[in-house]
Amino acid sequence: MQYQLNTPLTREALAPLRAGDTVLLSGTVYTARDAAHARMMELLDKGEALPFDIAGAAVYYVGPTPERPGQVIGAAGPTTAGRMDKFTPRLLDLGLACMIGKGKRDQAVKASVVKNGAVYLAALGGAGALMAASIESCEIIAWPDLGCEAVRRLRVRDMPLTVLLDAHGGDLYQSGPEAYLQSLV
Amino acid sequence: MSVRELKAGAITRAVEQLCLRANLTLPDDVHNAMQRAQDAEPWPLAKQTLGLLRQNEQDALAKNLPICQDTGMACVFIELGQDVHITGGALRDAVNEGVRRGYVGGYLRKSITGDPLRRRNTEDNTPAFLTVDLVPGDRCRITVAPKGAGSENMSRLGMLKPADGVQGVKDFVLETVRLAGSNPCPPIVLGVGVGGSFDKCAALAKHALLRGLDIPNPDPYYASLEWELCDAINALGIGPQGFGGATTCLGVAIEQAPTHVACLPVAVNINCHVTRRASAEL
Ligand code: SF4
Repeated sequence: MQYQLNTPLTREALAPLRAGDTVLLSGTVYTARDAAHARMMELLDKGEALPFDIAGAAVYYVGPTPERPGQVIGAAGPTTAGRMDKFTPRLLDLGLACMIGKGKRDQAVKASVVKNGAVYLAALGGAGALMAASIESCEIIAWPDLGCEAVRRLRVRDMPLTVLLDAHGGDLYQSGPEAYLQSLV
Repeated sequence: MSVRELKAGAITRAVEQLCLRANLTLPDDVHNAMQRAQDAEPWPLAKQTLGLLRQNEQDALAKNLPICQDTGMACVFIELGQDVHITGGALRDAVNEGVRRGYVGGYLRKSITGDPLRRRNTEDNTPAFLTVDLVPGDRCRITVAPKGAGSENMSRLGMLKPADGVQGVKDFVLETVRLAGSNPCPPIVLGVGVGGSFDKCAALAKHALLRGLDIPNPDPYYASLEWELCDAINALGIGPQGFGGATTCLGVAIEQAPTHVACLPVAVNINCHVTRRASAEL
């Protein structure tokens, strides 16, 4: 199935999604990767607010290349999400609804996705130019000193994504290869 | 035999251009392998995914964007003729200046931290990861092969026992690919080092990634091992991006070297579908 989704994302809107479905996402997406996650944890530890409203938000693990003059953004494909695993359940408990990245997540993240009715979606790894094509605007909203790791607010239209982890415990990295191998016997 | 003079500035200019070429266009052999894989792929989601990855290559060309945002460590390999005399500066400085100009001027991402634990970005993607091989003649052949971290992080080295033999090597390679799963952006390309010492073995694996996917190991024994491993990896069903399918590996390149009677090192350097390299001869 293919779904059209708009941010902010509600539990109800995400509930029908199953691992292997494709999504065209439009609206606002925030970027954050390793260093930004570390700083967000510091803020939370101090009881301070995050640089954006996390309830219903979509976060994209990406560190784009610098844009050339006249371009909205450089190449902007996903980075490996597993490095963010240790920070993720805390953000999901605060209302983070959707993560966009690539690669396996740990058990704690999977359980937290189910508990919070969230989703983890795949952007195409290595498809930096293709992913950039769905990004209409880009603005740094926190920690410009982090360079490509700064937090950016993106406006996206029909960003092509694939459901990896759904709110019902589905995991495409397991079910996808299994289904393919099953088709051979 | 006379000595040929080569200006350091010429090396800088070549490295700068190669950084750009490598990051914005795929080598023909990789492009062709992706096309063949898409044509042959029987699993619908996998075929669609391969189509999007190929679309990405076209988009990069059309919009003058890097194929992947991880424009990598600048791995630079130089085959330097022993009859070349470099003038006007040090070779390493010339290479680093080329990387600096290529990455800063070319809007490529700067992904190098100057210290592995204190982690401060060097802001210009230097230093280059430079390997120099002294060869006969008076030519200087430079290859830039930007290497991303997603696939580099899934690479492994094992000090096997000689008794583990070729089966041990196969098992280790397959285990490495299984552990890597979706992380290195499959379809992957593997560089495998067999033999040498602990450090040499890893260098063999990285160097193997420079060989075109359409060129087998010159030794038929290792050539057939390359095909066997590639088929075995594709039988795992991981598929493009790990979504499942027939296309997990585009090619395996093995480099072998003499080793100690008590050693059997094997190194697996994983590369992604964005296997980048560009060469020039000066
Ligand atoms: S593994 Fe390769 S394709 Fe994937 S993000 Fe890294 S450099 Fe890009």
